[in-house]
Amino acid sequence: MSDERTLDLLEAKIEELRQLDAADGIDLSGEIERLEKKLEALRQELYTNLSDWERVKIARHPKRPYALDYIDEMLDGFYELHGDRMDCDDQALVTGMARFDGRTIVVIGQQKGRSTEENKKRFFGMSRPQGYRKARRAIEFAGRFGFPIVTLIDTPGAYPGLEAEEANIGAAIAENLLALSRVPVPTVAVVIGEGGSGGALALGLADRVLMLENAIYSVITPEGAAAILWKDKSKIGDAAEALNLTAPHLLDLGLIDAVIPEPLGGAHKAFQKTAADLAAALKQELASLADIDVDALCEARYDRYRNVGRYRELPPDA
Amino acid sequence: MAIFREKEYLRVHVDKEPDESLWMKCKSCGELVFKRRVRDNSNICPECGEYFFLTATERIEMLVDEGSFVDITKPIASDDPLGFVDRRPYVARIDEAQAKTGLVDAIVVGAATIDGTPAVLAVMDFRFIGGSMGSVVGEQICHGIESAIERRHPFILVASSGGARLQEGLFSLLQMAKTVSVRGRLAEAGLPFVSIMTYPTSGGVQASIASLGDVIIAERGAMIGFAGRRVIKDTIAQELPEHFQTDAFAFEHGAIDRVVAREEMRAELAKLLGFFVGVR
Repeated sequence: MSDERTLDLLEAKIEELRQLDAADGIDLSGEIERLEKKLEALRQELYTNLSDWERVKIARHPKRPYALDYIDEMLDGFYELHGDRMDCDDQALVTGMARFDGRTIVVIGQQKGRSTEENKKRFFGMSRPQGYRKARRAIEFAGRFGFPIVTLIDTPGAYPGLEAEEANIGAAIAENLLALSRVPVPTVAVVIGEGGSGGALALGLADRVLMLENAIYSVITPEGAAAILWKDKSKIGDAAEALNLTAPHLLDLGLIDAVIPEPLGGAHKAFQKTAADLAAALKQELASLADIDVDALCEARYDRYRNVGRYRELPPDA
Repeated sequence: MAIFREKEYLRVHVDKEPDESLWMKCKSCGELVFKRRVRDNSNICPECGEYFFLTATERIEMLVDEGSFVDITKPIASDDPLGFVDRRPYVARIDEAQAKTGLVDAIVVGAATIDGTPAVLAVMDFRFIGGSMGSVVGEQICHGIESAIERRHPFILVASSGGARLQEGLFSLLQMAKTVSVRGRLAEAGLPFVSIMTYPTSGGVQASIASLGDVIIAERGAMIGFAGRRVIKDTIAQELPEHFQTDAFAFEHGAIDRVVAREEMRAELAKLLGFFVGVR
């Protein structure tokens, strides 16, 4: 997306002219309008017909809004809960209560850091077992009080490291899945950025699964797939394509329920609008789930996951 | 003339490579060992004690009472939901794996008795695309659990898997959610789930169904973990101890209940299942 820079430059130029226009009283409105049209046309050209790999880059864009940005923008009075009650507070994952549309909800989000400093404590959004165990605490907490659960997924994957393996990160993910499969409250999962493999799925088993338009959700990164399956690290574009990891593809495949549109160029180009659209979608999903009797809700969730997968029947004597 | 002919005849034999169908080279000690001797020794190298991969069929033969196994594997096959092509098409990899193993996919499900105690088993086969879990494997595990519930028998999973099957993309990832959901029903039914982890039990299989056994037993020599050495090295460039993700490592950190030698596994299962006889 080297062309993104051109757009940014043009945008800055227009802003400059606008300030000149205001300061000097020279009428530059004609020129500004001309440049704005050009900007819009370039933007259309660049961002419609994005390749899957380009969407991966938007999902990982350093300016992309993160979980806490949405929490602050969409929810009222976020009251954060900390710690796994065993070892520590993994800040790659945040959770707590908040008010939303007249209800108390529990939100669980994967949180990347925006600076090197912040990433020292956020681990680039890669949770360790302690993070998943904090999430399980939150899931069980929500179940106890009947609070609906909203998860915001944005992680390159679970944290890969010696300490994480020692503390059995695999089991921590498995136990989250088990807890989410059984919790007797409505659950909505939203992939807001990177849905990286098992580390993302750990928060992804829900009654409704939504994705932002430029979010991705995959069993493996395109880089990983290129290395393992193509044996050629340069094949990331092919891998991204083959994995069907974009929101539109996954909607077509019936694996997610809805796609929240983003402004051209990605959520960071008009964050408040994106957050408002996501909030509206969440309200609608939570309201419709609230109408369902909790046993029926759990039964429907069970059926959804019991039946996921595609295979063909063989003739009985094959 | 006669002597010359005999010489020629002999020479042909001397130059010939050892018959590949009868001999194999142990990757651990490098010794050339007679395949039949290996097979008769639970697929353990008679020279150095290294475990070789067991096929699902060999594994089942080793674990259950002779003649008791009834194959209840569901008649389904992979459907290539993404039309996946990397260096080769996924369908070609499936065909090849089927031809190589004689299996439809990487798992066999059946009912059998172990020292007289009935159980349902799902046994994975690493030869089939690394024992990876795609839609078919996920469905077969669920089918196995449901069969156990129906018969009111314990459920045993023998895992041998590198993780999710990449060629089915998110369909594979979601098999983790699927198998875990069905595992919850087994718990509701009050039936035990014994998870046996062998070399290797990793990635999406370790991070879902395999780690949720009521009792988890590692076969000696198992490799158990979520993210492998390469991923860790590539991501955070961390030095890892030599025994990383071995059976001893998993045991030391509390990930498993017990480590059992291959040749002892059947007796171990018989003893373990005995505790549950008559429960509910």
